[in-house]
Amino acid sequence: MNNKKLLLGNEAIAYGLLAAGCSAITSYPGTPASEILSSVAKLKQENQLRIHVEWSINEKVAFETALANSYAGKRSAVAMKQVGLNVAMDPLMSAAYTGIRGAMVVVVADDPGPHSSQTEQDTRFFAMAAKVPVFDPVSPEDCFSLVREALEVSESFEIPVIFRPTTRVSHARQDVAVPEKVEISIKPAVFEKEPTRWAATPKFRFLLHRALNRKLEEIAGLDKFRPYELNPGTESGAKTCILGSGVVLTYAWEVMRDLGLLGKIPIYRAPMPFPLNRGFGNFILETYDRILVLEETYPVLEYQLRDRERVFGRLSGTVPEEGELLPELVEDIVVKFFELPPTGRPVPGEAPPRRPTLCPGCPHRASFYALRKVFRKAIYPGDIGCYTLGLNLNAVDTVLCMGAAISQAAGFYHAFKHNSPEDTPEIAATIGDSTFFHSGIPALANAVVEGARFVLLILDNSTTAMTGNQPTPATGKRASGEISAKTVSIPRLVEACGVEFIRESDPYDLKGFIKTLKEARGFTRNPDGGIAVVIAKHPCLMDKTYQSRMKRLRVRVTDKCKSCHYCIDHFECPALTEAGDGKSVTIDYSICTGCGVCVSVCPKKAIVAD
Amino acid sequence: MKGTKGFQQIVLGGVGGQGVLFITKILAGVAMEKGQPVLVSETHGMAQRGGIVVSHLKVGDFKSPLIRPGTADVLLSFHPESVLNHSHFLKEEGKVIANDEGGEEFSINATGLAIEMGSPIAANLILLGYALSKKVLFCDLEEVEKYLRTQVKGNIETNVKALKFGFERGSA
Repeated sequence: MNNKKLLLGNEAIAYGLLAAGCSAITSYPGTPASEILSSVAKLKQENQLRIHVEWSINEKVAFETALANSYAGKRSAVAMKQVGLNVAMDPLMSAAYTGIRGAMVVVVADDPGPHSSQTEQDTRFFAMAAKVPVFDPVSPEDCFSLVREALEVSESFEIPVIFRPTTRVSHARQDVAVPEKVEISIKPAVFEKEPTRWAATPKFRFLLHRALNRKLEEIAGLDKFRPYELNPGTESGAKTCILGSGVVLTYAWEVMRDLGLLGKIPIYRAPMPFPLNRGFGNFILETYDRILVLEETYPVLEYQLRDRERVFGRLSGTVPEEGELLPELVEDIVVKFFELPPTGRPVPGEAPPRRPTLCPGCPHRASFYALRKVFRKAIYPGDIGCYTLGLNLNAVDTVLCMGAAISQAAGFYHAFKHNSPEDTPEIAATIGDSTFFHSGIPALANAVVEGARFVLLILDNSTTAMTGNQPTPATGKRASGEISAKTVSIPRLVEACGVEFIRESDPYDLKGFIKTLKEARGFTRNPDGGIAVVIAKHPCLMDKTYQSRMKRLRVRVTDKCKSCHYCIDHFECPALTEAGDGKSVTIDYSICTGCGVCVSVCPKKAIVAD
Repeated sequence: MKGTKGFQQIVLGGVGGQGVLFITKILAGVAMEKGQPVLVSETHGMAQRGGIVVSHLKVGDFKSPLIRPGTADVLLSFHPESVLNHSHFLKEEGKVIANDEGGEEFSINATGLAIEMGSPIAANLILLGYALSKKVLFCDLEEVEKYLRTQVKGNIETNVKALKFGFERGSA
């Protein structure tokens, strides 16, 4: 029985994956993809499904784990954000050649804008590069059905397929009809040995490549995924049309409705933008004089239409070459394209900007403050997570990609090691616990062997905080809640990488923490020294299990406050605010967590805790 | 061009931690109870860390989860800055419901009243109740109260009390 639920796009994907019978679903968290696996885990528990669900250590591991499930003839899914696919690109390229036995969908959520990512790369291009089909959903409702169709294609052609929602689909909510009870019938795993595929040497790889090309050709011929009109029944004889894929078409549909053009101009939607249906490519170029292509974020459909005179999009300059295509932008593009009078529209007001900051009580704030106290002029390589916001405390100089803080710290060391001593800066890198597990470990082993010297601060809050508190291998928690008997220790990993200085310290004990950092700095300067690792250990305050047991202090500002605002400028806790009279600092008790760290920050000792 | 044909488009704006998403979900749920199609767009990720949070709620015949500037019917503004940030979404005859000390046609100091009531986090429901009293939303007090009582977990009595408190303030 179906009932309607208000579902996020990501939740609808989870329902779709289970309705299609996926028996292994893996992921590494990342906005905007994180809720896919957490929803699957929740449905697994509620419906007591016998499936494997895991938060993997990184996207490559997640991909390969799910892939083996498909080699064993079962249906699988792996979910990640778009930059996660950069990490999993190695297995994807190869798996496109080997193919699979069951079915496998790679769900990759793109982030045009970008809102919460380091690039606005287009995963549909990655699909082209790997030569695998890609499906582009337009809404949560569409996610639920299209992801199942994607898995059908995967199984029929023994090829991994990509399913590519964008932020506005993943984080849209819609009333979606889904089954009341989720049931899965799963066939037993069978691995048929076939060395010419699963362990193919270069000679067989050539043959696999040829087979892959045949598969793509056949898929491009499937009429089921031929672009269709979102507004069927337009007046005949139109010489202009719109072609696109993804959520931007829903903006176009509303804009065209408001302009009264819905009955005149066909809007074609490509559910599978690559490979573009072969017959359709010829049809659209033969039928229309002018074709407006709307797609995010790169010109994937546009490239596939072999005519630069009549096709208008990002390549022709009709559509901006970068950025999210917001509805108002689509309106402007359409109005200009159809040579209509410009529409007036209110412009946004100029409210003071509000930058994101670390939460009140966040242990990272204490760590960064201490780091700045000890290292006044260092180079601070940073990494990806909540703690990127160490930027606000001037304790993050670089943010490249997951795990890069460590390799860049080593790179900076080697870059400067032949400078004169007075021109050689100190290096203090920060990385979160989940990011360290994700891709910091090889970088640390490498840096040790190459003789780099720097202080590495591992910010260990026992969770993956930015994306919604997913577990790390150190906690032993699994996606569906059970606790593993086995955990992985960060200090022992660091030791195994060859690091000789390892200290754990709680940044809430600011004085003790600063002392530890000073010792670490000493070790990097010692002739027998090297890399020094300090593990800043304090749970994330967003972790609900910690909230109840946290010791909370009553913090207050005494009349010793000289209004120097040192605490506001250098500690930046949102709970410390100006009284408004330009005088003393006050505490906003509606958000103060009572961590009491600011007591040690105030130079006048004007903040006390009872 | 005036507004998008459909039914009702509501922008909900505030800052992280004010429960903007909570109210969005309540209104979306009420719309579903009324048998209306619903589309919502919400803020996730880094912006939630004290940044600007905005939801778009569309009830009726729409396809896009986003509201275009100049087309919204109502702005529910949970923070004084939100009026400035989001009022460009409103169409000419659109209405602002503001958590503010004044300045707008429909203003209520929901934050202050919530503290008076002894539950500071209920300011969002006071604002919603106030909006319902001004008859600018697609639903009425009874429908929202019923939804709160049957579909929302948490402290039902406090929630309903805050909702009615805001409604009464607006009706007075």
